[in-house]
Amino acid sequence: MLKLKDYIRETSLIQSRLIAASVVMVVLSLSLLLRLYYLQVTQHQHYATLSQDNRIRLVPIPPVRGQIYDRHGTILAENLPVYTLEVTPDRVSDMDGLLDRVGRLVELTDADLERFADMLRTRPSFETQTLKAGLSDDEVARFAVNQHLFDGVDLRARLQRYYPLGEDMVHVLGYVGRISEADLDTIDRSAYRGTDYIGKLGIEARYEERLLGKVGYEKVETNAHGRIVRTLERTSPRAGRHVYLNIDSGLQRAARDYLGEFEGSVVAMEPATGAVLAFVSNPVYDPNPFVNGIDTKSYRALRESDSRPLLNRALNGRYAPGSTIKPVFGLAALEHQRHPGHGTFCPGFFRLKGSTHRYRCWKRQGHGTVALRDAIVQSCDVYFYQLSHSLGIDNVSEFMLRFGFGKPTGVDLDGEPGGLVPSRQWKRRVRRQPWYPGETVITGIGQGYTLATPIQMATITATLANRGLRMRPRLVAVLEDPQSRERDVLEPEVLEQVLLRSDGFYDLVISAMRDVVHSRRGTARASGRGAEYEFAGKTGTAQVIGIAQGARYDEEKIAKKFRDHSLFIAFAPVENPKIAVVVIAENGGGGSRTAAPIARKVMDYYLVGPPPPPPPEDNNDEA
Amino acid sequence: MKREELWHLDPPLLTGVLTLCALSLVILYSAGGENWSLLLRQGMRMVLAVMVMVALAQVTPETLSRWAPWVFGIGLALLLLVLLVGIVGKGAQRWLNLGLFRFQPAEIMKLGVPMMVAWALTRNPLPPRLRDLSLAAVVVAVPSALVVLQPDLGTALLIASSGVLVIFLAGIRWRWLGLLALGAAAAAPLMWFYVLRDYQRSRIITLFDPWSDPLGAGYHTIQSIIAVGSGGVNGKGWLNGSQSQLEFIPERGTDFIFAVYAEEFGLIGASIILGLYLFVVGRGLYISFYAQDTFSRLVAGSLSLTFFFYLFVNMGMVSGILPVVGVPLPLISYGGTSMVTLLAGFGILMSIQTHRKLMPQ
Repeated sequence: MLKLKDYIRETSLIQSRLIAASVVMVVLSLSLLLRLYYLQVTQHQHYATLSQDNRIRLVPIPPVRGQIYDRHGTILAENLPVYTLEVTPDRVSDMDGLLDRVGRLVELTDADLERFADMLRTRPSFETQTLKAGLSDDEVARFAVNQHLFDGVDLRARLQRYYPLGEDMVHVLGYVGRISEADLDTIDRSAYRGTDYIGKLGIEARYEERLLGKVGYEKVETNAHGRIVRTLERTSPRAGRHVYLNIDSGLQRAARDYLGEFEGSVVAMEPATGAVLAFVSNPVYDPNPFVNGIDTKSYRALRESDSRPLLNRALNGRYAPGSTIKPVFGLAALEHQRHPGHGTFCPGFFRLKGSTHRYRCWKRQGHGTVALRDAIVQSCDVYFYQLSHSLGIDNVSEFMLRFGFGKPTGVDLDGEPGGLVPSRQWKRRVRRQPWYPGETVITGIGQGYTLATPIQMATITATLANRGLRMRPRLVAVLEDPQSRERDVLEPEVLEQVLLRSDGFYDLVISAMRDVVHSRRGTARASGRGAEYEFAGKTGTAQVIGIAQGARYDEEKIAKKFRDHSLFIAFAPVENPKIAVVVIAENGGGGSRTAAPIARKVMDYYLVGPPPPPPPEDNNDEA
Repeated sequence: MKREELWHLDPPLLTGVLTLCALSLVILYSAGGENWSLLLRQGMRMVLAVMVMVALAQVTPETLSRWAPWVFGIGLALLLLVLLVGIVGKGAQRWLNLGLFRFQPAEIMKLGVPMMVAWALTRNPLPPRLRDLSLAAVVVAVPSALVVLQPDLGTALLIASSGVLVIFLAGIRWRWLGLLALGAAAAAPLMWFYVLRDYQRSRIITLFDPWSDPLGAGYHTIQSIIAVGSGGVNGKGWLNGSQSQLEFIPERGTDFIFAVYAEEFGLIGASIILGLYLFVVGRGLYISFYAQDTFSRLVAGSLSLTFFFYLFVNMGMVSGILPVVGVPLPLISYGGTSMVTLLAGFGILMSIQTHRKLMPQ
């Protein structure tokens, strides 16, 4: 029975072990249950929130940027759909291999790859980066069918800013570009969720807030890979406002054509409203490459070019106004009780008492005795030397400031400089020198320290045309909500009425300006010939270099960049003016020769109509 | 002759097992993204596994005892073969392709090792002597080591524990058991530095603080805990678990299927499934308790306790109290070989229960 005894002993041994194991098992099961209770009851709220956060995501829907039109509804800035390839580095395990494979379907230039590599280095790896923008239809089709092979690469259709008139409008519109680190510090980031572009310059920058629109949101459920499973809620974005400019794009283009190879500026305004009709700065550049970031080489070429295409001359160019300032001085003379018949003898030069320095008149043989009217018509320098000298710099500065020199016009563009009206105080403060009487003399013909911008000169010309009514120059006419079609018309804004002792003063000066172009002795009579309307103008020639005493200015012998700037201001028709123009042709020589004909053509275009197109070439099929 | 005697099936065990299998299909439908073909494949595996179970139930425990060395020997040979093929194929190798189906030899050892240890220990009266124990230790250690080399730590753990459980049940002295525990504690640092791989080490580290690496080693645990916790008492409802449906839970059809279940059916569902498991394990322990020979008793006890160990390791991993080890949830997780092995084990339990000569009063 030893076997049976063993068996009984073994049985009870194993059974006791089974009971021990069962106890352990029950303890373990209870601890497991306790753990589940802790997670599912005690901590339920916490994990419910985490789970919610896991799946719910707010996806911004960027608004569509407002478009920009000219006064006739011609589109100047629009949003075109382009396809971009975007890569999320976090989702890619073998980036080099991926780029290699993508490169077989889509052409990747070295510039693309370089820019992308830069992004990879500098941006966090969960952020999606553009690998290539503007895919061709073929590339889109090829990539789309193979999309499933490229985890982490997305093909996206985006709206991208495009400027159909390109360089013609760049100094007006500016451009948008990718939001930079510097931009991020100044903008309200929440307003730019999902938006990649921001106005950098020009109208695009100035009206950024209105053009941008309001970002919308989509509450979406996403899976662990971040893919959207369904949309739970949606707040639609509000598209940005359309901007209608006062600019006439036809006139703008024509004016630039007329300016031709000259560096310089043409600004045209409607005097009664301040509407800017043309705003030309030459040379120009194409804004479109700037939208996605221009490559360094091209940008450096633009920046380092001698002709400085990036400079917006119409807004920021500061020029000595030269003789175009004489009508304003004429008004100053009348306001300061100089009799219009009072004559000054011009022997061809002017000399201050007790000095041998000769201030020369442009006409070496002199004009003889001239009164105010003839002094403007023939642009006699001596008359204005003497006038300025007798008024004194204090009166001169005060009057120039009243007329709008020396301060920004308030045109709706950012960064407008004020120009410069010299005064004793200014010279003491800035140059730490006393004012010399000779400086007053040359101020009379718009030389010396005086500086004005083209938009400023245009505004002053319009003020002359308006007989003292100074309007704020405006590029933008109307803002329109694309959804409600609600239009916000920007009313013309009167800045100031320059009141003189008598309105007759304006009549006299304007009539003198009329004779500049329409009388036999007018300096710009050639430009007035054959006009279908009457206009008033004034030539100007701004010296770029000083000419030594007794030396002669010989254009042929002077390098082009030292030649005089050619200026002309004009408005037309004389009665009820519709357009005021300023033309500045850098190194264009005398005002009558270069600038005046350009101004005439600009006015012809606007008042008479575009010149007839060149006869079309013969077409054999139709012949 | 009663019907269950004819089929040698144990009605309580059969009911428990089939209920769990049915539940598996319900959960898999949700966890597998409502994929019918996946469900069909799992269903066919179940049918195959039930056939194996029924077949084994017909084999008497005496026959099984005689088979033990053969099962173990064949399993060992296959493990070596798989390792060799793996070396030739220059990679991790767990599978043997038998043309018709693929097959994981380590699974055989889940049955082979407890049977072999029981066979070795029952040659002499219990409690075991040192010589028998040494043999048993070799029987446990060699296949476990081979599986670790594959590397498949989870399965190795299950194989080793099934053997150790037999030794425990066989009445190894508590003193020696304590010594064994001490030895394990001493071996732990060696394991840490020489056996465990980096990813396994980081899994253990992240167990204590999964948020230290939420997107890396901690990701599985975090997402799984979020799923379980967000399920609450009642659960989010079948097919409505956002964590699982939106693929936040990794391996949601296999190792982490319990997270899917707990998210969708809540604490109530989890308690039910735990109850079902305990019922099945309890029935197994009952069978062991009243078995009529020592070999059967040891094998039945080990199989039942291993089954519990299995589910505890999985649920512990899902609920974040044990490190992430590749152990599926028995009978519920998607996968073939383990299903067959498990049901084969239940077949053995049924055989032990239904081939008794004396009925307990």
